[in-house]
Amino acid sequence: MAGEEFAMTFIYPVDSNKAHPLPLSPDYKSSIKRAPNKPLIPMRHTLSELTGPVYGHETVREGDNDLTTQHAGEPIGERIIVHGHVRDEDGRGVPNSLVEIWQANSCGRYVHVRDQHPAPLDPNFTGAGRTVSDASGYYRFVTIKPGAYPWGNHHNAWRPAHIHLSVFGYSFVTRLVTQMYFPNDPLFPFDPIFNSVPDEKARARMVSSFDLENTKPEWALCYRFDIVLRGKNATPMENH
Amino acid sequence: MQDSVKPDGITPSQTVGPFFKYGLTPTGDYAWNDAFTSSTLTPDVTGDRIRIEGRVFDGAGVAVPDCMLEIWQADAQGRFADPQDKRALPNASFRGFARCGTDKDGNYAFETIKPGAVPDPDGKPQAPHILLAVFGRGMLRHLYTRIYFSDEAGNSADPVLALVPADRRATLTAVREAGKPVYRLDLRLQGDDETVFFDV
Repeated sequence: MAGEEFAMTFIYPVDSNKAHPLPLSPDYKSSIKRAPNKPLIPMRHTLSELTGPVYGHETVREGDNDLTTQHAGEPIGERIIVHGHVRDEDGRGVPNSLVEIWQANSCGRYVHVRDQHPAPLDPNFTGAGRTVSDASGYYRFVTIKPGAYPWGNHHNAWRPAHIHLSVFGYSFVTRLVTQMYFPNDPLFPFDPIFNSVPDEKARARMVSSFDLENTKPEWALCYRFDIVLRGKNATPMENH
Repeated sequence: MQDSVKPDGITPSQTVGPFFKYGLTPTGDYAWNDAFTSSTLTPDVTGDRIRIEGRVFDGAGVAVPDCMLEIWQADAQGRFADPQDKRALPNASFRGFARCGTDKDGNYAFETIKPGAVPDPDGKPQAPHILLAVFGRGMLRHLYTRIYFSDEAGNSADPVLALVPADRRATLTAVREAGKPVYRLDLRLQGDDETVFFDV
């Protein structure tokens, strides 16, 4: 460690990164010219890697976690609650972590100017939201269930419905951008992005679970999605 | 209590995709506000104000118009705006983080300050550097690299640059333009002049 001025309690094992996809996943065509050919260079973490941006409630406005109330009217589609905890690898909640989301509308159309999928835009839905996890790591969004949509990767390619998430965590090396999927999607076996994650158990960690207990009667279905970031206690419990 | 459950691993990364702009870098083009900008500058920040700019290319030499870049850096005294760095100044408004998207020609630019030297794990100084994370369609996980500065004598003794083959160090070194506080660094995601990326 860099000395007493730096009292870090977390370590970030590089082994944990094995859960991630390899950079080159040839079935995902866009990766072919954008994945490095040369091996990544290993290095020890320094203060630069072990620290990270701290953004809290000042970054988020009241209501930014409700994507159904950003316009004059209500968006079309199935209203849902998406909630869960941001956690570290030991299962502890990660407090005050910024969570940003973006997604297609209920018809599978993004508001992005480059999305030309012939499905309607919804004037009452942008599809962007953000929130900050609370002291226990808990976060919650209200949104519309996104639709599946076609893409040009291969013949008859369709992305399973998903919500994009961007999370910060404790350090710059815990930074995570991922996608949350919905349970039992029939498109899973055919999606090269979902299947770029080699391990089946790791893929399952990208799939939310239906949460009947927190489903609001007469109002919205609920899905639970825990986001697990890198980071373990520097002194593992088994040593105690 | 949910907190007693030990996860069986971390959540895997997935690509940021082609459509992140309206959520992560709207910059006035969409009905959403920006949490971050391409500048780390705050009114009270001290240090040399600089601009870092360049272009991003893929393995075919084609400009990448849909990358998102994020930087993380120390202040001019080499302190991070993170309470985990016990030397951080609690009242300083400098945050050390910025985000931008590339434009249609693959251009990016950050406005920031020249960071100070940061110690390595043995307490030896590293040359001034900025961490850079690169996200994009086709990139299933973001890549980490570092930006060093061509006019820093400390580069030759930097312990991280020393891990990099000498003929690849230029891919990490932003080159100062004559007479201007502007540094240029192009990123190449793949190929002969591929940018050095780190396994962190």
